[in-house]
Amino acid sequence: MTLLTVEKLDLRFDTDEGRITAVDDVSFTLDAGEVLGLVGESGSGKSVTAKSLMQLNPSNAVYGSGSEIYLELERNVVDVLSLQSARELEIVRGGAVSMIFQEPMASFAPAITIGNQMVEQLLIHTALSKKKAADLSVEMLERVGISDAGKRFYQYAFELSGGMRQRAMIAMALSTKPKVLIADEPTTALDVTIQAQVLDLMKDLVAEFGMAILFITHDLSVIAQTADRVAVMYLGRILETGTVRQVIQTPSHPYTQGLLNSLPKLAAIDEPLTPIAGDIPSPLERPPGCVFHTRCPKAKPGVCDQSIPDLFAMGSGQAAACFALTQDWPSAN
Amino acid sequence: MIESSHISVRNLSVHFPLGRQLFGKPPVVRAVDDVSLEIPKGSFFGLVGESGSGKTTLGRAILRAAPITSGQIFYRDDEVEYDLGDIHKEQLKDYRPRAQLIFQDPYAALSPRMTVRDIIAEPLEVMGITNTREETDDRVRKIASKCRLNLEHLRRFPHAFSGGQRQRISIARALVCNPRFVVADESVAALDVSIQADILNLLESLRGELQNTFLFISHDLSVVAHICDTVAVMYLGTLVESAPTRSLFSNPGHPYTKALLSAIPSLDPDVRGKAQKLEGEIPSPVTPPSGCKFHTRCPVVQQRCRSEIPQWRELSTGHSVACHFAEP
Repeated sequence: MTLLTVEKLDLRFDTDEGRITAVDDVSFTLDAGEVLGLVGESGSGKSVTAKSLMQLNPSNAVYGSGSEIYLELERNVVDVLSLQSARELEIVRGGAVSMIFQEPMASFAPAITIGNQMVEQLLIHTALSKKKAADLSVEMLERVGISDAGKRFYQYAFELSGGMRQRAMIAMALSTKPKVLIADEPTTALDVTIQAQVLDLMKDLVAEFGMAILFITHDLSVIAQTADRVAVMYLGRILETGTVRQVIQTPSHPYTQGLLNSLPKLAAIDEPLTPIAGDIPSPLERPPGCVFHTRCPKAKPGVCDQSIPDLFAMGSGQAAACFALTQDWPSAN
Repeated sequence: MIESSHISVRNLSVHFPLGRQLFGKPPVVRAVDDVSLEIPKGSFFGLVGESGSGKTTLGRAILRAAPITSGQIFYRDDEVEYDLGDIHKEQLKDYRPRAQLIFQDPYAALSPRMTVRDIIAEPLEVMGITNTREETDDRVRKIASKCRLNLEHLRRFPHAFSGGQRQRISIARALVCNPRFVVADESVAALDVSIQADILNLLESLRGELQNTFLFISHDLSVVAHICDTVAVMYLGTLVESAPTRSLFSNPGHPYTKALLSAIPSLDPDVRGKAQKLEGEIPSPVTPPSGCKFHTRCPVVQQRCRSEIPQWRELSTGHSVACHFAEP
């Protein structure tokens, strides 16, 4: 069952230096119980895409006229971009959609106890009494593996360690039983041993609660461990989508291939690292045509710098936006 | 001091007092606790560990940027030999250009008010290495082209550059005084993957060209595996294992190294959740556990580990470990 549909999402920011394209013609769907990985480097628009789902982008964000985001709930379909008042937006801000942020220290209020923050959002989104909400919060803290949950409930964010804070964040995001969970680089700020614990916990909770997750990260190995399907983004566009096996084992877009080649792998420590040539272009100097052509080893002048390639279906769900995959690409030269 | 060592660290401790107390001694953070290690000349030496393991403090102590509480650090190159714990002002002045640091965050490390040329030239001017502007410019241009910077860009300000270019500027600044020993502290951690590989390749080629010694501090084991010849693993201020890269990754001896290696997420979607997980978190360095500092999280802990500090012993040539039960 499709839970979330994003259609032709266009998003620009009006800045002093001009209009910056952050998201360009992005479409994807998210089914119930599915983990969709959104991978990309800095500036790829992955976080901005996620924030659009909750309308959390700053006020200088301008959505394109064709952009549509639909959330299909049991009783009704919510047109997310048409929501206006804070009251209407509650449904996507902690109600049916919850978010786990990257920096758990910055996302908890420093002067309010963990418990009060958890109870506050439960009172907004559910019909629970204060007492019931407190009980549920302690239960959720226990569920995510925080020892001494009863004591932690009365502590402040600074009293918890990084891994513990991220667990508390997850407990808080899940306590309202959202249909969609957005995880924006949830393990990037954590050490590897703690990252492994948090990833394990998230996998268990998906199995238990059956919600859909939009998992945003720059780390392909984390995606390999968590996602069912993957969308690879670069400069605001989706360049390749497919199942996690297709994208990681048989990448077809030159950018995905380049990313995988530049990754240091423990299994092959003698192989030289092959970086992608050049640098990520500044958002103010967005390349015309295919956004990747300035760094692409296959780019052809006159083709790739002229028009934008559509996602080309490779069969069985994999698709990549690259002219080199189409029939009229001259194979020999 | 071993003849082939560039840096020799012996029983080094770096402790930071926490505030002041009316009676008695204030509590101390044991950032580095009784560490001994040898960094061979011309090597690419990796230092890994989680946050709070003391790897940065150790690097800074070698650069004389952190206080030495006890123990000794010796520096030796072809020209000079210094005991860094007991070095006087004139010698320290001579030591500075020999040992330099590349920072982690290329956005915070470069002054936005200076041009790229001025940023790279500053060490030369501050340390009085060059006498004329022509000489300075000449050295700046030489190192900039070695770091694959466009010479036209020297007149620009850092804001015009991307993360990868900024890190190349930062590297050029560290190398302009031709240091024999360079500490690279998490120098690729803030970069995107596609850029990270480029900077790693650059560091490797510079080492080949300039023949200097690198201490590469990182939390990322896959990066270290690719670039370093020798790797040392730190946990809570102490060294738990040190070995040639291949030996460490194919045959880790310490349970902590094993856990670190298995915690790295696999790129293979078919190998999921088979990692040997480490419970709990790194304890506070103010009140470190007794005996082996890793015993609170160790999957194979025994009674002996709680009371007795494990000896540093060699398992095979060059491969040493601090664990009572590690076997070659």
